[in-house]
Amino acid sequence: MSLDISFIGILIGSIMASSVPLILAASGELITERSGVLNLGVEGMMIIGAISGFALMVITDNLFIAIVGSMLSGVIISLIFGFLTQSLLTNHVATGLALTIFGIGLSAMLGKNFVGIPGKEFPILFSSLKESIPFFGPILFGHSIVLYFAFALPFLTNYFLKKTKLGLVVRAVGDSPVSASNQGINVILVRYCCILYGGAMCGLAGAYLSLIYTPQWIENMTAGRGWIALALVVFATWSPIKVLIGALIFGGITILQLHMQAIGFRIPVQFLSALPYLMTIIVLVVISRDSRKIKLNTPTSLGRIFYKEK
Amino acid sequence: MYKNFFKYLISAIFLLGFSVNSNADFKVGFVYVGPTGDHGWTFQHHEGRNAVEAAGIKTTFVESVPEGADAERVIRQLAQSGHDLIFTTSFGYMDPTNKVAKDFPNVKFEHATGYKREHSNVSTYSARFYEGRTLLGHIAGKMTKTNTIGYIASFPIPEVIRGINAMTLAAQKVNPNIKTKIVWVFTWYDPGKEAEAAQALIDQGADVIMQHTDSTAPVQTAEKAGVWSFGQASDMQRFAPKSILTSIIDDWAPYYVERAIAARDGTWNQQDTWHGLKEGMVAMGPYNSAMGAELVKEVEQLQKDLASGKVHSFTGPIYDQKGNILVAEGKVADDGMLAGMSVYVKGVEGDIPK
Repeated sequence: MSLDISFIGILIGSIMASSVPLILAASGELITERSGVLNLGVEGMMIIGAISGFALMVITDNLFIAIVGSMLSGVIISLIFGFLTQSLLTNHVATGLALTIFGIGLSAMLGKNFVGIPGKEFPILFSSLKESIPFFGPILFGHSIVLYFAFALPFLTNYFLKKTKLGLVVRAVGDSPVSASNQGINVILVRYCCILYGGAMCGLAGAYLSLIYTPQWIENMTAGRGWIALALVVFATWSPIKVLIGALIFGGITILQLHMQAIGFRIPVQFLSALPYLMTIIVLVVISRDSRKIKLNTPTSLGRIFYKEK
Repeated sequence: MYKNFFKYLISAIFLLGFSVNSNADFKVGFVYVGPTGDHGWTFQHHEGRNAVEAAGIKTTFVESVPEGADAERVIRQLAQSGHDLIFTTSFGYMDPTNKVAKDFPNVKFEHATGYKREHSNVSTYSARFYEGRTLLGHIAGKMTKTNTIGYIASFPIPEVIRGINAMTLAAQKVNPNIKTKIVWVFTWYDPGKEAEAAQALIDQGADVIMQHTDSTAPVQTAEKAGVWSFGQASDMQRFAPKSILTSIIDDWAPYYVERAIAARDGTWNQQDTWHGLKEGMVAMGPYNSAMGAELVKEVEQLQKDLASGKVHSFTGPIYDQKGNILVAEGKVADDGMLAGMSVYVKGVEGDIPK
């Protein structure tokens, strides 16, 4: 197959589609972590979002309800995490891990009756433009609304954290909850909100898989994407734009290596399979060398339990 | 208060008695590599387990057990908790199964798709999926317009390589210009990755997709892209009604019931079972009418011939990629060669990952 310009356009389009769940989950987790809360339950929240979205689609036959419902389910399950870590002051790491295990188990149970039901076609936007414009067509058009939202999200997140007062509050809470509290900020409330927001984004990321990307419900269908999203946040040094870059590189190399195999490049396949992980780490480490900036972005109190003395 | 104490003591003794009793009951354990809801490989094994249960035999199962250290722990746990017969249903459980079998000589083990029977209490069983692959190859060779067949492969083990070869040989027979493009995904089960692999193969010109992985994602991707596909392990037609030409269906139920009853009645013997279309362990899903009446007839005839033994999937002359002869003209490959198959036949592109 020739590597002509319109083919590269199609390729970039499919790379974008594959990185959407990573961008959504990582952007959500980024806000949670910037408020000082380490939630390792990303995978669990994603899988709950995936089953809730799919189940609601089957029951109501309405994709809008399905998408909103998946986000709500993410909020509900992250509320458990929030209650445990913020109100009962449990350890973030242990609670997050438990949330993932719980989520995978619960989703399998809820999903028992939804296995083997084919999904519905999700509407795509501007599908006529996709065909008619070479190269730019498949990149810019013919995607679902969730994809456009996912690609806007890192920029919105960046703006929120850097330019808005609320963003400043989130960062303050993540860096020094004690001083923030002394300034009259309700640290626990802010952290609750950030946890719930993270849950909503992870739920949406899961629904993207079960409603749009591979429209069906099968157990454990997130297959570790939550963990990759978690790693992306750290390697991107808590910068939303770098999360976007990292997700695109990961998705890109994953798909490129499959193409290289199909073309028949004589490179050991095991090496090609490891390449996405390797390249993502290398690129993110290289673009994040500025230690001053890392310091600026890293939530200093990440994972530490905060309680207000009375 | 003492009255209560005795009441509890007596009920405790009763409970203990019951639990000892249930230990004495005959129990069968199953270890699955994927979730029972994968609608593919594990789903079919689970159907087999349901049949055993329906025959009045108690069963338990553990799903999504990774191949490796975890597997040994799970198998050992099942053996310790009083299971009399344990089915380990993935190739990667081969060594753990044999290891645990050594320590539990009174427990019977059945390992799927493996070849190691190091102890007298280990049997192996598999299905001749390659007979199904021969049918797929025949169909694919006739249906492709681009002469390119895309194949999503999981791990480089004989089972998978045998399927690739059987399919390619059959496709070449009806279409000498055929090319098989392979993508290794190194997983049995990752719907997203399987979909991406299918898309990559389609983008690279394949217009018939088949897979040796467990989810329904590849057939859905094929449906979306408007190319042909095949169901794997179970009938996946409803996931891609236009695209699926047929499915290879694994039917473990009769074998599981037979072996469980044999073990219960004390007639279980070590054996190596390899059943195919003839015995019904491999079955085919309905053929898509898009194939045309003539091709359907042809394939149904071939299916009969494979079942009766008139046609063998690996009939010589068969050459490897370099042109060396593997099976001489007029001969068929023996089971030993099939079981250890580790080279591609001529016409397959690329190298087998080492």
